[in-house]
Formats: sequence, C-alpha cells, structure tokens
Amino acid sequence: MDNAEAFDKFKQCAVEVLQVEPDKVTPEARFADDLDADSLDLVELVMALEEQFGISVDESELEGVETVDQAFKLVTSKL
Amino acid sequence: MRAVHATPDGGPAVAGRRVAVTGIGVVAPCGIGRDAFWAGLVGPAPTGDLRVEGLDAAAVYGPKEVRRVDPFTQFAAVAAAEAVDDAGGVEALAGDPDRAGVIIGTGIGGITSFEEQHTVLMERGARRVSPFLVPMMMGNRAAADLSMRFGFRGPCEATVTACAAGTHSVGNGARLVATGRFDVVLAGSAEAAMTPLSLAGFGNMTALSTSGVSRPFDARRDGFVMGEGGAVLVLEDLERAVARGARIYAELAGAASTADAYHITAPSPDGSGAVSCMELALADADLQPGDITHINAHGTSTPKNDTAEAEAIAKVFGTPGPAVTSIKGITGHSLGAAGSLEAVALALTFAHRAIPPTAGWEVPDPDIHLDLVVGEPRAWEPGPAMSNSFGFGGHNGSVIMVPPPA
Repeated sequence: MDNAEAFDKFKQCAVEVLQVEPDKVTPEARFADDLDADSLDLVELVMALEEQFGISVDESELEGVETVDQAFKLVTSKL
Repeated sequence: MRAVHATPDGGPAVAGRRVAVTGIGVVAPCGIGRDAFWAGLVGPAPTGDLRVEGLDAAAVYGPKEVRRVDPFTQFAAVAAAEAVDDAGGVEALAGDPDRAGVIIGTGIGGITSFEEQHTVLMERGARRVSPFLVPMMMGNRAAADLSMRFGFRGPCEATVTACAAGTHSVGNGARLVATGRFDVVLAGSAEAAMTPLSLAGFGNMTALSTSGVSRPFDARRDGFVMGEGGAVLVLEDLERAVARGARIYAELAGAASTADAYHITAPSPDGSGAVSCMELALADADLQPGDITHINAHGTSTPKNDTAEAEAIAKVFGTPGPAVTSIKGITGHSLGAAGSLEAVALALTFAHRAIPPTAGWEVPDPDIHLDLVVGEPRAWEPGPAMSNSFGFGGHNGSVIMVPPPA
C-alpha cells in the first residue's frame, strides 16, 4: 500500500466516524479545531483505523496526537 | 395542584401553585408530531409492527452525534423540540434557567445500544466496544440531553418505574412547579425497547399478545403488543403562562403515585393500589369522583391488567362511570413512554373536544363494566379528566387535567 492509498483509507475512516466533509481531512487539519473531534471521537476513529489497517494502537500512543498528519504517521509506522 | 402540601392528619391542605400544560410534543408509531399523532389516534387500527418510522433525529443532533444517541433518547429529543416550540420557544419559556427543570422517565433506557454493543463484545472483543456505550444506554441520558440543549439548570432526573414512568414523570414534573421552587419543567418519557432481547423476555413471561392484536378491554384480549415512542409536555406556572399569553391546553390539577406492595409483575387482585392512587390524585386536585368526566386508561390489552383496572375504576367511580378509552389499540404498549404519550393524548382530547376510541375493541367482556369509547371518536365537553398508568413492580400513577381558565 503506497502512501496516497493509505491516506485515502485513513480519510474514509475519518469521514465516516467524524461525519466531516472529505476535503476537511487534510494532513494539517487539527482534530479538535477543524474536525470537531473530542477525545472519545478519537478513540472511535482509532478503532476504525485498527480495523481498516489491521493494526493495534495503544491508548497511550494517542497522547499528543492533535493533527491528522500525526495520527496518519502513527498508523503508517505500524504497517 | 391544589393540595400539594396535604397534611398527614387529614387537615386542611395547603394549595400549591397551579400548573399549566403549555406545550406538547410526541413521537409515536401512529405519527410523529401532535397533528399526525392525533390523526393516528382517531384513525384505523394499525397492522404490522408498531415501530416509529421516518424520524429525523439528525435535524436535532446533527449527522455525527445522532449515531451516538440511542433511539429512546432520540424520541425524547424530537418530542421535546416540538413541545418547546409549541410553548413559544426556549427564549419565551426559560426565564431563569435555575428555575427550569427536566424530568424524562423511561422503563428500560438504551437497550438497543446495550444489545448492539454486547454483540460487538462477543464477536469482536472488548477493544471494539463503543466508547459512547455508557452515555447511550444510561436511562438518564434523555433528561441530560434536554437540560443541555435548553440550558435548564434546575432538577434534571429520570423516573424509572416501568410502565408507569411516563405518568410519574408528568406528575413529578408538575409537583416541582406546584411547590413554587421552579417555573417550568419539561416532563415526559421515552422508550425504544423493541429489541430481540427485550421481546424475548416479555414474550417468555407471557405478557405479549400471541395474536399480535392490541384489543384493550375486549373479551378476546391476549396480551400487549409492544410499541415505542416518546412524549414531552411543557409544564409551567399557570400564572406565568397566562401573563405571557401562552396557549394553555389544560391545567395539570392533580397527580398521585402509590405502590401495590404485592407482586413484582401481577397487579394486586383487589386493585387497592390503583384505587388509592386515583383517590389521592382526586384529593390532590380537590375533586370528587363524580367530577371526572373522562379517563384515559392504562388499558394494555393483557387479561389481568384490564380486568383489575376496570374493577379499580368501578370502585372509585361506580358504574358505568366516566367515559374511558385506551389508546393502546393504536399505539401498542410503549412501556415507560406510554404514560406521557397518553398525557399528550389527553391534552389533545381537550384541544379537539373529542375522545379517541379504543381501537381493536369489538367483543365486550362480561366482567368489565365501563363506559368504553369505541368505534368512533366521542364528542366531549372538556371537564376534569384522569390518565392512569401501572407498572411492573406494583407502581401506580395517576394525573388529572382540568380545562384551563377561561
């Protein structure tokens, strides 16, 4: 899976879980400010990402994750 | 409520503040919104599952949040939006938010979410259970959502008394206003319990109809047909309602709550709990049995309930007594939602000056001696009217509405 393909999948999950427009899911987007996502939203998003990518993310790894890019890199680091 | 501070020795009661019903909202299988609901109540008996279809709860919650809200809370939220709008909108209504409260009951709570997430747990493991499960299934969620939505910071509670929860919630909400401590309360209840687990449980206790037909007070009745829904009433200090020119459906003049202290699911055979409840509600409203001109009955279509309820009504009011109807031939039995659906039906009975008929009724039961409204709606001159609910656990609830001041 190349990076663009992976980001598309990531975006799909975010759109579905957070119910936001696909255009809003950019690497710079901040979960709280731009995607209206709180900490429980992130937990749900991570669940979807774990399923989508067949990975496992520990809750402690979410500490400090504030942007889409940070979350995406966390995911791809496990592929 | 005229006798809110009744003295224990039977001495003169201290009148409470009078309470007005100034807004109603309803979500039911026969219709969403008060006009559709009323049309359903006076229309033909339904066929098929009594589920709420076509609810647009996303209009209240938005597309993301609505997926994290159990159907029972969605029913309450949509009903409350209608009720508050009906009462003139939150700006006109709220006044001091510390003097505004919410009482939204339920029989069970978010059992749909509970069951869905239990399946997730069994099939996919604990790590896949939704982080939103707890606030989806908790029975106080609907009340909490309404207080947040409207900014009401007075009491915010859920009354949980099985099938009496709706009537108790309306009574409890009215009491808060009657004490003078609060000016407005959103009172109602909601239920969405037509789930596989719940239907299996009610079915195995032989409470559900095997024919699938809800026939309150009919000789052939064989159990209740489950429905679902939610309803909310705006209960307001009557003087304030008059002062602001609000439309008043009725005055909530009395309420009562008693227990059978007899059996967890069967009504006490002598109906004493129901009798004392109706008598207390009459005392609360400062009325005599002969003053009541109409009763919106619990009338579930179970053999035991309808017999016991008819006997209790006959004990209090004599025979044939006031005109009695049960709307459960149309709505089915929506458990904790039923009492508030019926309180809304009663408010609409005042508005339309007509009593909706007991749908499904065809064959008289020789043991039931009531003046049942059947066939067509019956024209009715608004007068004092009662609505009753009874719940597993031996809970009895009654509320009385009277015509608003001219």
